[in-house]
Amino acid sequence: MTRRPGKGRRQIALKDRLLPVLISLASVILVFGVVGYFVTSAPQWPRIQLQFFSLEAIIESFPAVAKGFLVSMQIWVISLVCIGIWALVLAIFRAMGGPWFAPLRVFAILYVDLFRGLPALLLVLLFGFGIPALNLPGLPTSGMFWGGVALILSYSAYATEVYRSGIEAVHEGQNMAAKALGLSQWQTLRYAILPQALRNVVPAMLNLVVALQKDVALLSVIGVRDAVREAQIYTARTFNYSSLVAAAILFLLATIPLARLTDHLQRRDRERRLQGVL
Amino acid sequence: MTRIVIDKLTKFYGDKMVLDGVDLSVAPHEVVCLIGASGSGKSTLLRCINGLTEFDEGAVRLDGVDIFDPAFGRTGLYKRVGIVFQAYNLFPHMTVLQNVTLAPIKVHGRDRREAETAALKLLDMFGLGQFAQAYPEQLSGGQQQRVAIVRSLATEPEVLLLDEVTAALDPELIGEVLKIIRDLKTSGMTMVIVTHEMGFARDVADRVCFLDGGRIVEQGEPHRLFADPQQPRTQKFLERIIAAGRLEAAR
Ligand SMILES: Nc1ncnc2c1ncn2[C@@H]1O[C@H](COP(=O)(O)OP(=O)(O)O)[C@@H](O)[C@H]1O
Ligand SMILES: [Mg+2]
Repeated sequence: MTRRPGKGRRQIALKDRLLPVLISLASVILVFGVVGYFVTSAPQWPRIQLQFFSLEAIIESFPAVAKGFLVSMQIWVISLVCIGIWALVLAIFRAMGGPWFAPLRVFAILYVDLFRGLPALLLVLLFGFGIPALNLPGLPTSGMFWGGVALILSYSAYATEVYRSGIEAVHEGQNMAAKALGLSQWQTLRYAILPQALRNVVPAMLNLVVALQKDVALLSVIGVRDAVREAQIYTARTFNYSSLVAAAILFLLATIPLARLTDHLQRRDRERRLQGVL
Repeated sequence: MTRIVIDKLTKFYGDKMVLDGVDLSVAPHEVVCLIGASGSGKSTLLRCINGLTEFDEGAVRLDGVDIFDPAFGRTGLYKRVGIVFQAYNLFPHMTVLQNVTLAPIKVHGRDRREAETAALKLLDMFGLGQFAQAYPEQLSGGQQQRVAIVRSLATEPEVLLLDEVTAALDPELIGEVLKIIRDLKTSGMTMVIVTHEMGFARDVADRVCFLDGGRIVEQGEPHRLFADPQQPRTQKFLERIIAAGRLEAAR
């Protein structure tokens, strides 16, 4: 039986809902106001402001930093595409059963163990400095290229695991139904399992997407002129760190919406799964 | 026309013997129901018949040809023997029509247009025509299970294996699925049916086999077996079924 909500009940409900919002709003304003007041009234604040938050320096460094940020974004997007494909290939290697595919399976397992176990920075240094130094004919020598390769190799290991968890989350009955219809192992993956797995992994994959966006900055250590590198160059010239803050702002502008989207998708996913249980 | 011969089938899961030398032969157009307590090996036996589950000893033959004989090719066995599961196992990301035409197109190389026409005809026949473009989650359990049956019929199998196809359904939806199975019997389909619907088994089966501990303990004409079980274990099982109200006492 559903109870008809009386007028009194609804009023209480409204008050119940409004009060917590008001309290949190007030406390947020209070806490941040107090902290802000103490920070800006500290005797060191003018120096801090000049060093880190100088509007002049931010504006002056902005064109170069923004240009670097565009480079970061390019590397980010191209790497994403390569990681998405390469990791999917590795995940498929891993998912293929039967003795014939054992070498591929072993290769994928070793690959993931290896590249997940190594710091991305180490790979960037190794590839970005090491391979161009070999001067091998026919191979590109740009640090940007090899740094990107290092990122792709490293992130593909994580992305493979994400794909794999998505594949394993598909119910075993789907496999059986596909096999019973006569689909080959590859057809089963291609038509029955992967479409469901890919949908499952979107939120987890977006986490990697955000992480990679930041880790592109690793390429600055091998001299790629990304946002961080450009900001450093400005800092080295003027001894003012506001250019790094400019870069930080750009990164936040890009990552925060993505992080929100990830949260949203994850929540929706959870709700959908809960509904499935009920 | 397909005769199934199961010959001394033995299956282990680890150390546990799940099928213990099962012998069973199913004649063309015959409907055999497998009954027995949960865990007695009914699903395993069913899945051995079309090679979904590998077994350790014995053989399954269709018209005298071993199911692992290369003569079947990779897909021939699955074309001749269809299976429907308790949990439907429809592909949730495909429409009803895509579910039904997947195997005809991708496995058996049928022309898409032709396969879709045939599928629509089949769906119509089972009262599902208006759901062709729907996704499984938009259908009731009974409708989903009927789609699953149609999907397995789309490759025109000669034998249909049904594994507790009504067990996951609300009571008011069971009837529509059972009706389809009765229709299939009328049309001459050879079927092996695992079911807990004893009344249905009694009506539809030509023969009922009672499994216990991986063996067929007793089998026979359904009215005889339900009314006058010979083996103590069969008697005990049927007493429990009657006590649970799943079969009106026929004696
Ligand atoms: N994949 C599996 N791995 C291990 N044991 C299994 C597996 N499938 C079934 N079994 C065991 O085999 C026995 C028979 O199972 P099953 O054929 O599903 O019985 P039924 O369908 O009659 O309930 C049970 O004891 C079950 O626990
Ligand atoms: Mg079972």
